[in-house]
Amino acid sequence: MHKTYAGTGTRANDGIDLDVAPGEVFGLLGPNGAGKSTLVRQLIGLQRPDRGEIRLFGHDLVADPTTASRLVAYLAQDEPALLEMPVHLAVSTTARLRGMSRRAATSAADEVVGELGLDSVAGTTLTRLSGGQRRMACFAAALAADRPVLLLDEPTSGLDPVARRNVWRAVRRRREEHGTTVVLVTHNVLEAEAVLDRVAVLDRGRVIACDSPGRMKAAVSDDVRLDLVWREDPPTNDPVVAALAITARVDGRRWSVRLPQAEAREALDRLMSGSALLALDDFTLATPTLEDVYLALGGRDDDLERA
Amino acid sequence: MTGVRTAAPRVRAGLAPSTGWWSATSAVYAGSLARARVARGPLLFVATLQSIGILALLRGVLRNPDRVTTSAIVAGTTVLVVAFVALNLLAQRFGALRAARALDYYAALPIPTSAVVLGSAASYASFTVPGAVVTAVVGVAAFGLPAAHLWLVLPVIVCAGVALAGLGAVLGLAMPRAEFATVAGQLGMTAVLFLGVIPPSHLPTAVRAVRAVVPSALAIDALAAGLRGHVDVLATSWRLAVTLAMGAVALAFASRLLRRAVQQ
Repeated sequence: MHKTYAGTGTRANDGIDLDVAPGEVFGLLGPNGAGKSTLVRQLIGLQRPDRGEIRLFGHDLVADPTTASRLVAYLAQDEPALLEMPVHLAVSTTARLRGMSRRAATSAADEVVGELGLDSVAGTTLTRLSGGQRRMACFAAALAADRPVLLLDEPTSGLDPVARRNVWRAVRRRREEHGTTVVLVTHNVLEAEAVLDRVAVLDRGRVIACDSPGRMKAAVSDDVRLDLVWREDPPTNDPVVAALAITARVDGRRWSVRLPQAEAREALDRLMSGSALLALDDFTLATPTLEDVYLALGGRDDDLERA
Repeated sequence: MTGVRTAAPRVRAGLAPSTGWWSATSAVYAGSLARARVARGPLLFVATLQSIGILALLRGVLRNPDRVTTSAIVAGTTVLVVAFVALNLLAQRFGALRAARALDYYAALPIPTSAVVLGSAASYASFTVPGAVVTAVVGVAAFGLPAAHLWLVLPVIVCAGVALAGLGAVLGLAMPRAEFATVAGQLGMTAVLFLGVIPPSHLPTAVRAVRAVVPSALAIDALAAGLRGHVDVLATSWRLAVTLAMGAVALAFASRLLRRAVQQ
């Protein structure tokens, strides 16, 4: 699938080719500008690709983009249209707009609001809620009325750990009970590792990798990540520090270096026994994460979240 | 061919039905009205107070005004309440939704765009009813006008509401930036104020021609005639029907603008 914006000439999607299985939790991972939003807008029928096809359960979305709204429940990054509405009404209105009767929509809203622990704020307008509660209310609206596909754009952004668990519990429940397919847009690598069956890593409009997080990490399994935190300016006259400095990703006094396991062990041994230890505040040695996969594949690390 | 497929290409999931036009419109209406009650209540109070203030000002300034003048003033200030909310606030609302890409919320639902426009317009128009009725009653009392045909306020609010909300939706959706939509809404309301409150006979010929194309002008004339104590059913019906027709055209145009806005 190809999509280029006429005004700027930006290639938002450049030959994207993906298959998602029914019932799969599939992720789109990449930094801002990777082409995720354009892909999402095409999946919900708001844009058409310049070339290529999008099929949803056999339905051709390019020929008939309106079909998407009858198959997909979409959660945008932000839902300003729902602000200033009480939570329960926002959810029940969305359910009604998805074709439910007034009574069924009210009942569905009762259920979802209870499921996500929003009972205490059901009558409160979204503008009066905290950012996390507001996000949960929008998520509740996305869940109102069953759809075979849930397309969630950063669903847990701004949520505390308890609320995050509620979100993933609700997603798992729909998957187990209804076989719902979930397409999740994220730039949070830890979340991607934890919840996704498979993930497509996007960069500059292209899919640079697509596999399960486990298999992706196995592809770079020879490497480990050595994180160093310096107490003061790193002693670059030390030969080990100088060697690490060549490939280190520097963030203030925090260095991150990807190395084969043996080299990392040796570097750490020499650091611990040399004079550089005096300048070292902390260190960690970690197995690869999706972030490492992403960087190993040539992606840029800006905007990826690690929290 | 490259592309995206969710699920195996040969698996066809059943499509959920599209939401019927009436159901979608009433759901948008109910949601929008509840939202307006919560967020726009104080503004309706301001709109009503503004109109009553104009009534009081003119009552104090004018010496022995004739009934043509006073009925036009009361009708104009009554419809001004409708303009404040249905034109001005709706233009701001659609301008803000467009700027924030919030129209995607509606576009990702299986509903016709006309339901979004009409539901929102109807909610803003009906939200004005208490303020417009209060203004009309105060005006009739202040200028000693006959109250026998005060009932006309309701059909006038409906028809002027549709017309002005249609115009407000067009202004909000046509403007490239939210601030422009706000300015356009304010200017539209100001036009309704001057061209509505001042009796047509007091306006220069060229301005009278401009007044004729303001969607609410005929509704104001219909109410003014009623407040003078006589209702010509045929003329009133014609004026309100034309007002409604102008509103229908504006709403249809706004629906097209909304479709275009979400595809950009």
